[in-house]
Parts: sequence; structure tokens; C-alpha cells
Amino acid sequence: MRDPRPTLLAGARILDPSRDLDTQGDILIADGVIKDMAGSLRNAGLPDGTEIVDCRGLIAVPGLVDMRAFIGEPGAEHRETLASASQAAAAGGVTTIICQPDTDPIIDEPAIVDFVLRRARDTAIVHVHPMAALTKGLEGREMTEIGLLREAGAVAFTDGTRSVPTAQVLRRALVYGRHFDALIVHHTQDASLAGEGVMNEGELASRLGLAGVPKAAEAIVLERDVRLAAMTGGRYHAASLTCAESLDVLRRAKQAGLPVTASASINHLTLNERDVVGYRTFFKLTPPLRAEPDRRALVQAVADGLIDVIVSDHDPQDVDVKRLPFSEAAFGAIGLETMLAAGLRLVNDGSVELMTLIRAMSTRPAELLGLPAGTLRPGRSADIALIDPDAAWLLDAATLKSRSRNTPFDEARFEGRVVRTLVAGRTVFEYV
Amino acid sequence: MTSNPASSFTLSRRHLLGIEGLSPEEIVGLLDLAEEFVILNRQVEKKRATLRGRTQINLFFEASTRTQSSFEIAGKRLGADVMNMAVGNSSLKKGETLIDTAATLNAMHPDVLIVRHSASGAVELLARKVDCSVVNAGDGAHEHPTQALLDALTIRRNKGRIQGLTVAICGDITHSRVARSNILLLQALGAQVRVIAPPTLLPADIERFGVGVFHDMRAGLADVDIIMMLRLQRERMNGSFVPSVKEYFHFWGLDEAKLRFARPDALVMHPGPMNRGVEIDSAVADGAQSLIREQVEMGVAVRMAVLDALSRTLPGNLPHA
Repeated sequence: MRDPRPTLLAGARILDPSRDLDTQGDILIADGVIKDMAGSLRNAGLPDGTEIVDCRGLIAVPGLVDMRAFIGEPGAEHRETLASASQAAAAGGVTTIICQPDTDPIIDEPAIVDFVLRRARDTAIVHVHPMAALTKGLEGREMTEIGLLREAGAVAFTDGTRSVPTAQVLRRALVYGRHFDALIVHHTQDASLAGEGVMNEGELASRLGLAGVPKAAEAIVLERDVRLAAMTGGRYHAASLTCAESLDVLRRAKQAGLPVTASASINHLTLNERDVVGYRTFFKLTPPLRAEPDRRALVQAVADGLIDVIVSDHDPQDVDVKRLPFSEAAFGAIGLETMLAAGLRLVNDGSVELMTLIRAMSTRPAELLGLPAGTLRPGRSADIALIDPDAAWLLDAATLKSRSRNTPFDEARFEGRVVRTLVAGRTVFEYV
Repeated sequence: MTSNPASSFTLSRRHLLGIEGLSPEEIVGLLDLAEEFVILNRQVEKKRATLRGRTQINLFFEASTRTQSSFEIAGKRLGADVMNMAVGNSSLKKGETLIDTAATLNAMHPDVLIVRHSASGAVELLARKVDCSVVNAGDGAHEHPTQALLDALTIRRNKGRIQGLTVAICGDITHSRVARSNILLLQALGAQVRVIAPPTLLPADIERFGVGVFHDMRAGLADVDIIMMLRLQRERMNGSFVPSVKEYFHFWGLDEAKLRFARPDALVMHPGPMNRGVEIDSAVADGAQSLIREQVEMGVAVRMAVLDALSRTLPGNLPHA
């Protein structure tokens, strides 16, 4: 593709967590990178043919880096392709998707990493980087070729929504992965304690007659993992924490200086277990939505920086596996397109600073994954989301770009939306 | 009892999906209406024409001879054409979903569907997809409203009231829809409810249901007016939830010795089918304090009352007309 003509984003509020920068000014983009940034660049001799975008009233932030998105390609293209996911991402201000390895075939060999990268290059309009499987076949028994997969382009290692059942396997992966500076991302849920559970264990599950997943199922695995991280020095990241008990474990690990970080999903930050009342399967998630005090604790942990990263946990499911009795329905909700809008709720209600939110959705995941994203520094790729913070809107699931419609935010009211997304200087989404 | 003439009673809803959401007045109205059918059912001529021309389909995804027969007799005595759909798991094996089944049946223009399903919430899901009335005949571990109504009718006929009674529900509370519906109904009508079970068979935060929680039968049965025993499923007996049948019966099985912990005039109930020698001893099940057979009789009357009350809100024509 030909490089787009130079663009001047004029008069925006510029928010760059990588430099703790919050200022008013212009951004000049040319050749796909951020060339210059200053209070005003209009009189600074712009290149010929520069398109000037009036950004007054808008906020320019580094494009989001979504560290946990389940796509479906290869193997489940009816749910989502790299192309459709990238369209959804662009509409949500996400400029980098980290796709998960539980595809068919599973991303546990370098050739599959290569396939995903080539498909993404040819069909996706945002950057895509795969995580590779931590264990072969996601079976939790033998580690994958961490070194070769890393060389092929895998940015981290995970077994997706499966927890590694044996401590020895995870220990070896952490020790071995350390040599390759591999980030190990782990779903912290003890399968035997979770059992047949389909929602948060507690009064509500008991009233609905649904089997519950206790919070201890999460905290126990995290506690074990933290000790393994201490023992091995391997870089460990908890994929999606949900409750105060886990936050206590995480806090102690960080205070001890261990190489431990964690994500929370946008769903767990903005929804709670009461949303499943009426057996609404679009709110059936793993780990499950917790009660309101846990949601609040999680939001506070984002505000404090204890939680490093916010993920969309985008997981497209078609109606056939969602329009079932709750206990039989599939887990998962889509979220690429709504992550930022939902996150702005936390900013609007005063619980999280916008800088903190964007750091958790962009700068921090880029740092953890070693990607040159999450920043507006001159010289870097012009991956930028423009936000209109005052736009009030109602989500209509039918207008979503994802191939699947399982959004927990259908008919939700939002304040603030992405109006333009640029990837390497090219506008890939524009709200009109 | 209420001064309203029962025969004018109507339910302000199309479905009966649970006890939750029913007002105490609606519950009492259904019980009063059921009393009329108790009398009718003891006569030689048991037939009414209330549901003549109406089609009732019994859709049991989970087999239950007793409940299905009770609904079948209730429908037939009210003059409905009753059809039993033997679904079992066969449609699921063929890949048909619950919603496909609902759509198929809906196209046959039934007036009422009686549905049992092993998954909590499944009956509500189906009810959203059809035009007729739906009665929940048991969904997973969620609700079984007609069982709670028949239990309440049985209690009221024997004790003259429900208000102020102390009722103990004993056994596998975790997996029991009967327990949930009974807790809701008995509390709505002013009874004190207790649950007695080994800790493994109590659901999380059960005390937040406003019930007394006991693990010991002697303590739990003290001053109790009504003892409701629950069935313990076979697959939960051998080490998964309780160590053995022998141990369960020793500590939680209702025998004559444990029955003496309750009030001398305490009455014993069981939703059936019973596991004799597991949760209940034969001497108690068949003894003078047992209401178990009367419960079956009340079941038919209560189901007739529910069908009658729901039919009063049905349009005069077929729903699709």
C-alpha cells in the first residue's frame, strides 16, 4: 500500500502515558510515523499536501493494545476472522490486537505463528501479534518450543482459558522461558474447584440454582503461581483477576519485588454478577463476574496501578452456543469495540484518571510485551485513537463490526467514543 | 382464609415459572382454588369443561413419571387435550436445541406447555420463545413451583394455617429446586424455615435466604411442626458429597428416634420418590405422622388450580388467531 499523505492532528488534547504528558497541541504524521508534536505546527512549514484534521475538543491517545482477544482464525472463522476482529478493533480505538492461541489448529508451532502473522498482514487493518500456547495442545503437560515460537513472533505464552494444573509444568516453563525473556500469561482458575461452576459462587448463584465458582479457585492458583515466580524469576502475568482476595496476593507479590503483573478485563471492571439475573448468557464469562464489592476493589486496583493492564477479553461466540440454558451455554463476550467506551465510565464516575486508563489499555501492555506501541513519542509508529469525550451514545449490537453479536453492552449508554483511529498514520476508522 | 370467592381468582401473568414473584395473595388464591378441586377429585364425576378445546403439552426433558402423570390427570380432568412429548435427551442428541423444540411446538398452537428441564433457567428461556402459557414443572436446581404449592396446601389442610409454623427442610438443599421453591413460598406465608443438612449439601450463603441453618438433626428438629425430607440422588452418596449411605442415614436419615426431636404433633413430608433407608426410614414414611400420600393427592388439585387460573388469562381464541 502507498503511504498516506501527511496528516496534521490539530488542536487536540494530547495524552501520552509513556511520558506522563497531558497537553494541548498538534501532531504531525508523515511516512507512517509521528514526525513532530508541539503547541502549534501550522506555521512550521508543513509538508506539501498535508491533510489537516481539526481535533478541537478531541483527545489524542496512543492506540490501545488489547492483550487478550480470542479471534477464531484459523478454525472458527464463522465466529471471527482476523479481518473482522481488526475492523472491530479499529472502531474501538484498538491498534494492536494480541490474539490467543486456542485456535484450530492451536498456535503451538512456529509455522502457525507465521500463518497468523501473514494472514494478519494480508487481511487485518490493525497490528496483530499472537500469543503462543504455553503447553503443546494446551494440554498442560509439555512446554512448547518457547524459543522458536518467540523467534517466529509470538509475544507471550499462555494456555488461554485453561490453567496449567501441575506446578512442575509451570515451574519449568517459567525457568526455561526466562532464558528467552518470555512472558508467561496464565488463567488463574483451579479447574477442580471451579468444577461445573458457571457463575460467581454465593447467594445469587444459590438462588438461581446455578453451580458457582468460588473466589478461592482463583486466589489459590495465583498464590501458587506467585511462589513459582519467586522461585524461578520468570516473568509472570495473571490473565484476568476478578476479586479482592487475588488482589491481596498480587499486592504482596509486587511489594516483594517479584516479576509479577496482572490484567483485569473490562467486563469485570464495569459489570457484576447481578447482570446474569434472568439467565442472560451474554454475561456468562470465565472467570465469572463477581459481586459489586469485588468489582469496586478491582477498579481501585486499576486506579492504584496494582492492576497493570485492562483487556477486552474479546471472545466471539455465535448464537447457537449462547441461546441455550445458562449452564449449557458457552462462556465469553466480545469487547474490542466497546473496551474504551466502557472504560470511560470509570473515568466519568471519577474512579480512574484518564491517564491511568489509557496507560492500562495501551502503554503498559506494550511495555510488558516489548512492543514499540503505547506511546506518542516522535519517531514512533503513528498508532493513535482520537476520542470525543462528550459524545453520548447508545450501543446497538446490530451495528458492531465483529462477526459475533455476543456483547454484554447491547443498548448500553456510553459517554465518550472513538471518532478516528490511525494505524501507522493511516486512518482505519472514522466515525461519521 | 381469604374471603374472595376462589372461582373468580385470576393470576396476573401468562406463565407460572416460579414462586418468586408471586404475591402472598396470589399464593393463597391458588391454594383456595385448589381446595375446590380436592372436593371435585373425590367425586365420581371428576370432569370439568374449563379447558375444553385447549391443548396441553407435557414436555419433560428430564423423565418424571409422577409429576408428568399428575399434570396429565389435572389437564384431562379440566377437559384439555393432553399430549406427552417424550423428549428425554433424544432431540438433544439429534442436535435440536431447546429453542428449536420450542419453535416446533409453538407452531402446533398449544395453549399450555408443562416443562421440566435439567438446567436452571431453561423453562424461562423456553417461555420467552412461545406464545402460550408455560408452567415450570422443575428447572435444574432452581424452582418447582407446583411442588411448593401442593406442599403448602397439604400443610394448610393439616395444620389449619402456615403463618407461624416452623418448617424444617432436610437433606440435599444444594441440588434441590423443591427446597428453593418451598423456602420462598413458606416465608411468603409467614412460616419460619430451617434447613438441616451436612455442610456439603448446603448451597453457598444459604443463611442469606433468611433460614435457620443446622447441621445436626437433634438441634434442627427441636420445636419443628413440619419436617420435609428431600431425596438424595444416588450419584451424590458415595464419597462425593457424603461418605456413604450408611453414614448419611445414621446422621441425617429420618427414623423414629430422630422424629422424636420434633414436636409430638410434627408431620412428615417427602416430594418423592423416596429412597427408603437413605433419607427416610419406612416406619416413618408409612407412619401416623406421614403426609406423603396426601401430598400426591394435593398435587393433582394444585395443578388443576394452576391450569385453571392460567387459562382465565388466555385469550378466548388461539394465541395465533
